[in-house]
Amino acid sequence: MRKFRLLVLLLVAVFVMSACDVNVATPTATTAPPAAAPTNTEAMAAPTDTTAAPEPTETEAEAEPTNTEAMAAPTNTTAAAPTNTTGAGGAVTNDLAAIKARGKLIAGVKYDVRIFGYLNPETNQVEGFDVDLARAVATRIFGNPDAIQFEEAISRNRIPYLDEGRVDVVFSTMTANATRAEQIGFSDVYYVAGQSLLVPVNSDITGVQDLSGKRVGTAKGSTSEVNIRAFAPDAQIELFDAYAQAVAAMDAGRLDAVTTDDIILYGFERNSPDKFKVVGGQFTQEPYAAGVKKGNNELLAEVNAAIRDLKESGEWGVIYKRWIGTDPAAVPPQDWQDVYAEAPTVPTLVPEQATTATAGAQSAAATAAAAASPTPATAPAAGTPTP
Amino acid sequence: MFGLTAENWELLFQGLLLTLWLTFASGLLSVALGIIVGIMRSAPIGLLRSIAAGYTELFRNIPLLTVLFFAYIYFGGRAGITLDAITTAIIALGVYTSAYVGEVIRAGLLTVSKGNIEAARSQGMSFMQSMRYVQLPQALRAAIPPLGTLIIALLKNTSLASTITVADLLFRADLVTDRTFNPDVLLIAGAMYVALTLPLGALVSVIERRWAILR
Repeated sequence: MRKFRLLVLLLVAVFVMSACDVNVATPTATTAPPAAAPTNTEAMAAPTDTTAAPEPTETEAEAEPTNTEAMAAPTNTTAAAPTNTTGAGGAVTNDLAAIKARGKLIAGVKYDVRIFGYLNPETNQVEGFDVDLARAVATRIFGNPDAIQFEEAISRNRIPYLDEGRVDVVFSTMTANATRAEQIGFSDVYYVAGQSLLVPVNSDITGVQDLSGKRVGTAKGSTSEVNIRAFAPDAQIELFDAYAQAVAAMDAGRLDAVTTDDIILYGFERNSPDKFKVVGGQFTQEPYAAGVKKGNNELLAEVNAAIRDLKESGEWGVIYKRWIGTDPAAVPPQDWQDVYAEAPTVPTLVPEQATTATAGAQSAAATAAAAASPTPATAPAAGTPTP
Repeated sequence: MFGLTAENWELLFQGLLLTLWLTFASGLLSVALGIIVGIMRSAPIGLLRSIAAGYTELFRNIPLLTVLFFAYIYFGGRAGITLDAITTAIIALGVYTSAYVGEVIRAGLLTVSKGNIEAARSQGMSFMQSMRYVQLPQALRAAIPPLGTLIIALLKNTSLASTITVADLLFRADLVTDRTFNPDVLLIAGAMYVALTLPLGALVSVIERRWAILR
């Protein structure tokens, strides 16, 4: 018994020590960049120097922001960089000249969205559609896809990060819309997401038209809920706190389909292709675009040029196929407003419609009754953050 | 009232009724199961005692949310039976709470004086007879205050059923919040829970006074 306790103590000690090891390493890494700052005039004069010094070994540290900084610092010293982006706050301009002087692009991406921005626990690298596009911008500016540092930008903090200058650009599964366009600058559209359906592999549901009388799960209070009630008024909607719970319920036989944005569904499909499949295509349209701080027009022009090059060279289709798994049906339009203009008209959910839908499925008592509440279809759609 | 339309109030009241039904049904189930478990824990047969102890420890040491979700998944067709979400929630809540009720009953049985039990057995009563006519009536009376606490806790615990699509009061409150962006809805729902639990507490103390054991 005593020996056992000793063993546990030893294990804890080893764990703490290994944790400390990581902590010890970071301060030295973060102090490096400021030390490299002094000779900045040279850097302004010769931004091309940085492009001449690509370091292939850098890829290894890419996913861990602190390490990348440490790795990037030695290469920067030759061209010298005033890297004052993170600490200094709102006053910093992250426009093209400052980025070139720094020698690397700082991009905000998601770390938890499979297919788009995902920190792969096996390689400790962020990877995905968004990440590839951010690298394309780095290639455009520096001629080097590795002249980039990734920061995690979740939906709630990505716009503040741009405002504070913590990141230069965000590729963060962000839907471009008019409200956001007042706060930040949007690039060309690089992906058009949309609501779709996830069903068991052996299901005969082929699209939103087959959902009459079926049990469909989605998240409470999401735009997906509002949309599916409009597109499939005769379906029995079951609401969950998270999409993973809905998928588990479908796996257990309690649901016939789960609905939300296709990129989230593709993640589930990728995870267990033997169980689920995405069907029916998109029945809503959400244009994804990169964001920059408002007024950073030179940077925005570079981002747009990078995206345009990818679309024109066909590289965009390659990236699409790498992450989505199929060939793209069409290249997305340039302007995000066009996506909304081309979208099929959403049947508006008027209260009368909702009540008759409930009357039809009265036996489905509990959740269906919820539909009886007069839902101003537009209000939640505008207010709920899109993924 | 409070910026909510009549439809939204109706939604909340429907949720309130479902919460009451969940509490009533799972409360009944938990007391019935709990008495069995309590008796088993004081039975003269070792095997029965171990089974009851295992049952108590199992459900007392697993979070209710886990029990609920497991039941929701398991009774969705995997076990060969499919129960709707409300029945699943009643069973899960009842079984979970019965572990606590069992302990309360056992504690009540321990308050019965040894002399009473010996007197009953020396009259020729069997274990079950002594339990039925002597021990249990006393034990149940002693158990009323803690049972009341458990039922109030159960009423609040029913809100967890909202995670398995049971449209109870909390579920409706969430829905109405999502629809109206009115942050006061949760406050209203909280007030509704209090409006249920306070009278329940009062009822328990009335019963307690009526059935008190005079020593």
